[in-house]
Amino acid sequence: IVLALLDMSRFEPPPKDCPGFETEQAGKASACAGCPNQTICSTAPKGPDPDLVDIAARMELVKNKILVLSGKGGVGKSTFSAQLSHAFAHSGEANVGLMDVDICGPSIPRMLGLEGEELFQSGSGWQPVSVLDNLSVMSIGFLLNSTDDAVIWRGPKKNQLIKTFLKDVDWGELDYLVIDTPPGTSDEHLSLASYLKDAGGIDGAVIITSPQEIALMDVRKEINFCKKMNISVIGVVENMAGFVCPNCKKESQIFAPSTGGAEKMSQDMQIPFLGRIPLDPLIARACDEGKSYVADYPDSEATKQFKLVFEKITTSVRENKRVV
Amino acid sequence: ITTRMNAVKRKILIMAGKGGVGKSSLASLLTLALAERGKKVGVLDTDLCGPSMAKLMGVSGMHVVNTQYGWKPVRHPVHDISSMGIDFLMDHPDAPVMWRGPRKTQLVRRFIKDTFWGRLDFLLIDTPPGTSDEHLAVVQSLKDARPDGAVLVATPQDVALTTVRKELTFCQRMGIKILGVVENMSGYACPCCDEITYIFRQGGAEALAQEHGLPFLGRIPIDPAMGACAEKGQCAFCECPSSVGVKAVSDVVDKLLHVLS
Repeated sequence: IVLALLDMSRFEPPPKDCPGFETEQAGKASACAGCPNQTICSTAPKGPDPDLVDIAARMELVKNKILVLSGKGGVGKSTFSAQLSHAFAHSGEANVGLMDVDICGPSIPRMLGLEGEELFQSGSGWQPVSVLDNLSVMSIGFLLNSTDDAVIWRGPKKNQLIKTFLKDVDWGELDYLVIDTPPGTSDEHLSLASYLKDAGGIDGAVIITSPQEIALMDVRKEINFCKKMNISVIGVVENMAGFVCPNCKKESQIFAPSTGGAEKMSQDMQIPFLGRIPLDPLIARACDEGKSYVADYPDSEATKQFKLVFEKITTSVRENKRVV
Repeated sequence: ITTRMNAVKRKILIMAGKGGVGKSSLASLLTLALAERGKKVGVLDTDLCGPSMAKLMGVSGMHVVNTQYGWKPVRHPVHDISSMGIDFLMDHPDAPVMWRGPRKTQLVRRFIKDTFWGRLDFLLIDTPPGTSDEHLAVVQSLKDARPDGAVLVATPQDVALTTVRKELTFCQRMGIKILGVVENMSGYACPCCDEITYIFRQGGAEALAQEHGLPFLGRIPIDPAMGACAEKGQCAFCECPSSVGVKAVSDVVDKLLHVLS
């Protein structure tokens, strides 16, 4: 009887004596037998990836690339990404792009009121869809005939699409590219990190969570993912933190922070805590209707808290740039 | 796989397109509810990046043991429930699982092929959000074992429903019967004044079920008491049996058993 423990110490663990997946021997060496990536390695083209050069060229025009992450689904990544993009676009003359790499569950088109929009291709590449003059969006949602269409793709195909979004979309000059991600620490996240490595890297990641331990469990993994991939974490946002009853105005904790919530977790992991955003039923409605909650309800508690978080994010991004 | 699955009477997938709608919570509650009714239940967590089942079943920190018959799943301290998932194979709970598709597929297949469940009345399979590697791995591995079907979980908002529709499409394309739709987080009763607020809107999942001619298994409200049990890995049916959420889950189980029969 043996305790079955997986060796988690290596990520994307290649076998011992792995020849390296970029080399001629990739997938063909004796050490490759049994490695789940063997087929991909033996059939993939070798040598430096020419697409990375194209990605670097596009990304040279992008001043700040900000990832919005969470280990956990349904905590409000896309909602936050949408509001963050709006906030950047409304602050001064910033040009903003929002890239939705959630391939199975793209929510961004709906949240920005762009459902049904189609993509056009020009000589300079795929044209992202405009929300405002200075805010444009790319998502697989625009490539589907119907919102019911399921994208049942395995990892490699998802990676290919992310590459396309990075190298073939004519973003133009951007001050901010906000990248909304699906939950997890898998293909999409690994690919973004690797494709952007030689294209200026990722300027920072904002991590979203809800207060419960069941969410924090996954978020700790995400923070460790960032640490392993050398992605600088701008900070953690605690979303769905508290609910104010519209009737009696008393606050209750729906998703109770049974282990101290995101603030304690941030302290434990030595990551900045950016703030707490409460639940408001109008947020869900705004998302469904494709409207900007922050613009439509500027005096609500959630908007006030969001603005504080936004201030911290812009300060952090500016300071990081100065350090560099 | 066929041999193992022949000893399992009912195999049910719990799916949603969208993350955070309560798949794992519902999977754990259905597991507990069925065990309360005297059934032998197994629960398999195929979410490799964000596994929740160990915590929800109150068996965090325990490990699976490898025997000559395969991986022996972890037993629940009280009920006749066995659990399997990546949690039980890892030493460090905060270590990220940074695996690409092929490796995830391989492990999910192993879960199905190598876990020694023994005889079960029900095997519930919790899935991560999406329609990708893990889902294909489960469906393809179970192909000859013919799962009974999937329960789809959604919150009432359109944004969640859009994604659930994709899951529906996935099930249709893969030939998986949809046993029913559950609307989760359907309303919240303020503990002070009992006013119900539909934070994530209302009725959307029921409308979707009707639209597609699917059984609607019921609405589960946001119930902090039930949520608190989940956070602590306690059985909500034992700790707060009269709470509104627990009653709603019991109704869902009744309807599900009816659909299965």
